[in-house]
Amino acid sequence: MGFMDKLKQRFKQDEETKEVSEKYQEGMTKTRNTFSGKINDLIARYRKVDEDFFEELEEVLITADVGVSTVMDLVEELKMEVKRQKIKDSSEIKDVISEKLVEIYYGEEDKSIQHLQLDGEGLQVILVVGVNGAGKTTSIGKLAHQLKADGKNVILAAGDTFRAGAIEQLEVWGERANVPVIKHSEGSDPAAVIYDGIKAAQSRQADVLICDTAGRLQNKVNLMNELAKVKRVIEREIPGAPHEVLLVLDATTGQNALTQARTFSEATDVTGIVLTKLDGTAKGGIVLAIRNELQIPVKFVGLGEGIDDLRKFDADAFVYGLFADLGINEEKEEGE
Amino acid sequence: MAFEGLADRLQGTIKKITGKGKVSEQDVKEMTREVRLALLEADVNFKVVKQLIARIKERAVGQEVMESLTPGQQVIKVVKDELTNLMGGEQSKIAVADRPPTVIMMVGLQGAGKTTTTGKLANHLRKKHNRNPLLVACDIYRPAAIKQLETLGTQLDMPVFSLGTEANPVDITKQAIAKAKEDHNDYVIIDTAGRLHVDENLMEELQQIKADVKPDEIFLVVDSMTGQDAVNVAESFNEQLDITGVVLTKLDGDTRGGAALSIKAVTDKPIKFAGMGEKLDQLEAFHPERMASRILGMGDVLSLIEKAQTNVDEKQAKELEEKMRTMSFTFDDFLEQMGQVRQMGPLDDLMAMIPGANKMKGLKNAQLDESQLTEVEAIIQSMTKKERQDPAIINGSRRKRIAKGSGTSVAAVNRLLKQFSEMKKMMKQMTNMQKGKKGKGGFKFPFM
Repeated sequence: MGFMDKLKQRFKQDEETKEVSEKYQEGMTKTRNTFSGKINDLIARYRKVDEDFFEELEEVLITADVGVSTVMDLVEELKMEVKRQKIKDSSEIKDVISEKLVEIYYGEEDKSIQHLQLDGEGLQVILVVGVNGAGKTTSIGKLAHQLKADGKNVILAAGDTFRAGAIEQLEVWGERANVPVIKHSEGSDPAAVIYDGIKAAQSRQADVLICDTAGRLQNKVNLMNELAKVKRVIEREIPGAPHEVLLVLDATTGQNALTQARTFSEATDVTGIVLTKLDGTAKGGIVLAIRNELQIPVKFVGLGEGIDDLRKFDADAFVYGLFADLGINEEKEEGE
Repeated sequence: MAFEGLADRLQGTIKKITGKGKVSEQDVKEMTREVRLALLEADVNFKVVKQLIARIKERAVGQEVMESLTPGQQVIKVVKDELTNLMGGEQSKIAVADRPPTVIMMVGLQGAGKTTTTGKLANHLRKKHNRNPLLVACDIYRPAAIKQLETLGTQLDMPVFSLGTEANPVDITKQAIAKAKEDHNDYVIIDTAGRLHVDENLMEELQQIKADVKPDEIFLVVDSMTGQDAVNVAESFNEQLDITGVVLTKLDGDTRGGAALSIKAVTDKPIKFAGMGEKLDQLEAFHPERMASRILGMGDVLSLIEKAQTNVDEKQAKELEEKMRTMSFTFDDFLEQMGQVRQMGPLDDLMAMIPGANKMKGLKNAQLDESQLTEVEAIIQSMTKKERQDPAIINGSRRKRIAKGSGTSVAAVNRLLKQFSEMKKMMKQMTNMQKGKKGKGGFKFPFM
């Protein structure tokens, strides 16, 4: 049984995974169209797997923002695998490619790291960080809605006191998700807002506190120090917190995403990534680059503008979404 | 550093060919491969890289490079020339309608920075062109987007037109323009909602606005950190709206910004402005040449190019090195250096290039920006010759005089004096470091 067949098998198992995969397929139509379209085209044009084939494959992957060094690693491994399995025909390589992509994604760790680790005792704190315009506030709104639907008692802290309208934006999301928002006025000290958020969450016995922060470019030393201070305040008030530090990344970002991930990790020990705006882009390959070079898991992806469009990240579904057009769709319909 | 600059990348190849009388085609091939990787890592689009490489190769196998004594540097020069050519000249003009108001429409993806740029552009129009703009809040989708523009309007003390989130954007713009005529606003800047270029409904909305108000300028706002997709975004917006210019945002970050090149290549529309910070006065004219250096990996490349171009600079560098070693570096030298530095590009990048600068006390929080540079220049220029040579004599009353003369404060003067002494200390450390490692020579002033 080929690797894609195995994946496909998995998605037939139950309704829930089916729903997940459909959402991915839907949200990633654009991504898939360019990515798998190109690979299909490539495979159609090259009957044989040779140097030229690999060179073009390299192009396809780089165009998806997978990143130069990750692509080089990947292509190197593919070449070895092709030699080992004595693959000559290009149609046979599809499986190997998708398998390698999933392998890069998981690395050495197990799949449970994909999920939020919020099972501890007492108040769980999520700190949300990222550059300007990545989609932090929107993601927080969606995440709050999701946790609320899971039966959690959620409170939001409006830590973006800098950008005009940011507090109001979070308040609108608070209303939509029906969760309270703790805020100060614009221009006040973010650490103080977060502190108040913690106190309020504790006295109201909330389960989860989600802290918004102002967007900042990672090379602004002062602003990164401010962020580290916010984190220290949380640590001091609740030992073991923040339980999750989520870095929000725009999926259309190029190689700078790696620097973002690295620098934000240094300041705040990022535990996971929220990849936003994945629905509109031909990309998302940066997920692999980050995983390959920095070992930070993607925990959520934004696949649309609706409040329900933040999905738990599923590497299998992601790769399946990418490759869904690679000649396995008809079979899937037959199976249903 | 996250990325190797082009010069680093070419080091290996250059080493191999130094001393060789002739550069082979194989050598050129290797060099162009490195160029290709450097450009890709800077997020220049693949197709654009391909075209560029073809042209670079053509020139590189030509005599220009092959017969040069320093082929590696020549290659870099060729690459930079090509990039600068591709990006075109400086063009930060904004249209003026025959009959006011002039209408500018801001479009782009979510989170690119449209609303902030709208505020900055309005500020720019008022300050630089003495105009009186009206801001129009057409983003009826994102929560609190209208509030954001209104807050910016308050900060700038400028009128903002909105009809809440229930109105239709086309109606909003129509009424806004009527209002502008009434109130004698000579510019109208329309802030539209962020949208994906693949979202047909929302793109149609923009087309409707365009058909209705016939804007004089349509600016596409693009995040400079955008990756390979920049091409698709720009192409799509341009096809559907025939944009008139581009504003590149968040250039104060540490992205290489290859997207700039891609956008210019596929749309052939000028990049007019660059967002250089979160404050409302941090919008600058776009400098194609600086961008070219930046994409290639900044100063290291520049230093090489400068060497390749003139030997005078090398001599100056030697003098400077000597001065630094003997600790006779003065404010005059500092001023001269600053002039050169200012031609090079964003200062944060330059700071990042100084080895260990991040860890250096006093420099860590220096956070230099262009406006501060102007201040520093003013302060130094307000010093007497003697003071510049020997800062130790600058006492309290001299400080007061300098502050007055430069239109700054005593605190600012103190800060500069402190930084200068820190800098001298740093230079000493660095020269010592260098001595310890290599004996002598090879040292470059960090700004060069």
